[in-house]
Amino acid sequence: MILHTLIDYDILRLIWWGLLGVLLIGFALTDGFDLGVGALLPFVAKTDTERRIAINTVGPVWEGNQVWFILGGGAIFAAWPPLYAVSFSGFYLAMFVVLAALIVRPVAFKFRSKRDDVRWRTSWDWALFASGAIPALLFGVAVGNVIQGVPFHFTDDLHTIYEGAWYAKFIGLLDPFSLLAGIVSLSMLVMHGGAWLTLKAEGKVRDRARQLGSMAALVAVATYALAGVWMAVGIEGFRIVGDYITTGPSNPLHFEVEKTASWLSAYSDRPWIAVAPIMGIAGALLTFAGLRAGREVSTLLYSKMAILGVISSVGLTMFPFIMPSSSDPQSSLTVWNSSSSHLTLFIMLVVTVIFMPIILAYTAWVYKVLWGKVTEADVTDDNSHSVY
Amino acid sequence: MEFGIVELSRLQFAATAMYHFLFVPLTLGLSVLVAIMETIYVMTDRPIWRQMTKFWGLLFGINFALGVATGITMEFQFGMNWSYFSHYVGDIFGAPLAIEGLMAFFLEATFVGLFFFGWDKLSKVAHLTVAWLVAIGSNFSALWILIANGWMQNPVGAAFNPMTMRMEVTDFYAVLFNDVAQAKFVHTVSAGYVTASVFVLGVSAWYLLRDRHVELARRSITVAAAFGLASAFSVVVLGDESGYSATHSQKMKLAAIEGMWESQPAPAAFTAFGFPDQEARETHYAIHIPFVMGLIGTRSLTIPIPGIAELESQAETRIRSGVIAYDALMHIREARENSDPLETARFEEHSADLGFAFLLRKYIDDPRQATQEQIVQAANDTIPTVWPLFWAFRIMVALGFGFIATMLYFFYRASFKGMNFPRPALHLAVWMIPTPWIAAELGWFVAEFGRQPWTVDGVLPTAMSVSALSMTEVALTLAGFVVFYSVLFVIEMGLMLKFIRKGPFEDVAETDAWMIRHNERLTGRHIADAMPAETRP
Repeated sequence: MILHTLIDYDILRLIWWGLLGVLLIGFALTDGFDLGVGALLPFVAKTDTERRIAINTVGPVWEGNQVWFILGGGAIFAAWPPLYAVSFSGFYLAMFVVLAALIVRPVAFKFRSKRDDVRWRTSWDWALFASGAIPALLFGVAVGNVIQGVPFHFTDDLHTIYEGAWYAKFIGLLDPFSLLAGIVSLSMLVMHGGAWLTLKAEGKVRDRARQLGSMAALVAVATYALAGVWMAVGIEGFRIVGDYITTGPSNPLHFEVEKTASWLSAYSDRPWIAVAPIMGIAGALLTFAGLRAGREVSTLLYSKMAILGVISSVGLTMFPFIMPSSSDPQSSLTVWNSSSSHLTLFIMLVVTVIFMPIILAYTAWVYKVLWGKVTEADVTDDNSHSVY
Repeated sequence: MEFGIVELSRLQFAATAMYHFLFVPLTLGLSVLVAIMETIYVMTDRPIWRQMTKFWGLLFGINFALGVATGITMEFQFGMNWSYFSHYVGDIFGAPLAIEGLMAFFLEATFVGLFFFGWDKLSKVAHLTVAWLVAIGSNFSALWILIANGWMQNPVGAAFNPMTMRMEVTDFYAVLFNDVAQAKFVHTVSAGYVTASVFVLGVSAWYLLRDRHVELARRSITVAAAFGLASAFSVVVLGDESGYSATHSQKMKLAAIEGMWESQPAPAAFTAFGFPDQEARETHYAIHIPFVMGLIGTRSLTIPIPGIAELESQAETRIRSGVIAYDALMHIREARENSDPLETARFEEHSADLGFAFLLRKYIDDPRQATQEQIVQAANDTIPTVWPLFWAFRIMVALGFGFIATMLYFFYRASFKGMNFPRPALHLAVWMIPTPWIAAELGWFVAEFGRQPWTVDGVLPTAMSVSALSMTEVALTLAGFVVFYSVLFVIEMGLMLKFIRKGPFEDVAETDAWMIRHNERLTGRHIADAMPAETRP
């Protein structure tokens, strides 16, 4: 098969770097509000009816949304196998916590309202809270760690070895900068959940969501700006040294990498990437204003803009690095040395180009069918037992 | 066998995969059965069929939630626990997993919400379409997962790249149309259909025994028996196809299942019963059926099937060849772009056996330094433990024939005896509910345990595939999964039983009213008084 040589290897790598971003952002835009609603649940909804309203705003869609996450995992496996191998085994216990949360969540959605018992329902409500808030926090913590570099190296056979004992590997993830990044991501998704509830719910749930969502928007702006300052003064960056080829075999050991003073030098090399952080901050501020004013559709769009800006700012700033190694910079994963083969990237691109529009089309159709607010009558109507 | 990180990781994978597969077969089959029921509803406009769709759909939903939840673990634990496997074969293995997400999982997950929430929001035909999309999505999911798994059993269309130290795709078409993958797909999907049919049959039989929801139960049995009969035939026939494809791809697995220690003259006999003895290398008290094995394995009377001893000596030859490949690889890697064409040629010649050299890693870091004893030992390692495979396979096959017999009987009673089922048969149907799960789990056991000592047959040994984790980490997550999954299982079973006991509760008044009018039309008399109290309007 020679068809795949129609697109150069480095172009394909660049496209797949972009698609990785698309999947992560797609996940944050869709499942992000599910997680946010979960994290807000005990605070925006006090009575059982209110909680059912909040849950049912995401009830029919969370399942499809969560596939973005699973597809993200699958796409990393297919397009960036070394990244999949290094990150999933490196963040081992943290991954387990995320997994546990993502396993509890579907079950909590399905099972919560299947019994009338108060204790049963309250327990599942807290499960929904934890399974929304914890992953939202940990995703940011993971990003914080990636920005600082992760302590791993490759052997000659490309076995991944992590430095440090198991508890140090886990607790070590929770350093101050990474926790700050965790708060950025948590507050951003809470803001998104608040914007979603404002659109989909009524009455007290909507009022509380507006209030908490707007507070979260301010926290997101403040912590994101703080993280930026921190990166300027206190976090080292990485760069590739000397000449390198962007179409070579995917072997991380073939590159020479060194640490630099800061990642933010990227902004003097490629000034246009400043668009991303500006979108992030402006989007969050506009979401704040929208939630205060009680606007619905536009607020959700601004919230999406904020997420798009924040996530893409991380990727654009670090480019071409995907996962630098703090203990052995030489082992760092970059766009040019940790992808799948030329042929696999091409095949996966063809499949994505065919199916992604189809997925977007039917997802849009489903949202259209479900358009409109979830009302008290919707959840209390006796004949609709399929409602959560 | 010492118990280390490899064994612990295998235990974790086995536990989470087998747990996941408690939910998968029912999802596969019930999604189709529910869609069939809804099709009948839309075609006939009879409310009883809508009630059936909603009732079995509800049980489908409870099961689906856990299938999805436990599936996430599967997608992620390759990277978590098997990072060298992920690196080594991710170029091939990752693609079907990602395509599964794009093509199938998105479809089923997006529409399953609409299936439950869309009854009032969609037209009948639109809702029916949604039901079928969920079923198609679930089944496509299985296709891609089994393409990935089929490749682990029969790694076609890929070659080792010395520069990246991993396997890379050379022929994606071969990966897709791998005959092992295709045979496994149809076999697994049919097994799912049988599972759902036995489940629907058993639950309906339970209602009939208690004289509850008679109309729903009879109709459900009719659908389940017809669908189950076709599926039970296909699961056995297509399982045979799997056996046939194993003859040329996984000879050792086949020989182990058979307890065939020595090669036999063609056509080989099938050992129906016996006690395999690994140390003595013979099967005690064996009962042979002449010719049958040769026919299943080769579909001929003249092609011989190699026995374990012959395969072991072949493995020894391949290990020696693999050591040559390994030596050439070391030279190529050292020289990078400037490698000697002679070394490259030497590597190409022996690269198919590179994985066999890795078997020596268990004993020595550098396979080139291996002693004669170590090579013999490594060749011996290619023989899986025979007795569990031998027995698991036979129990699975016996259950398979049991499903055919059961479905045949119920299909006959439903079609020709006016849906009149004797009580002992109904009791049997209730007791049969767990059996398809047993058969399915045994099937996976045979497939995966029989592939040992490899994760990817002949390419990558299991011992090399694991992540560099500590025992503590894996033990912690294993304990976490066990506790967590056990709790979920108890809750799931509790809910399933609750809703089965409760029976259909949606659209009851409308359905019962229609049912009475319908029966009056059929019999020409008023029969409301003859009906069980609970279904009376």
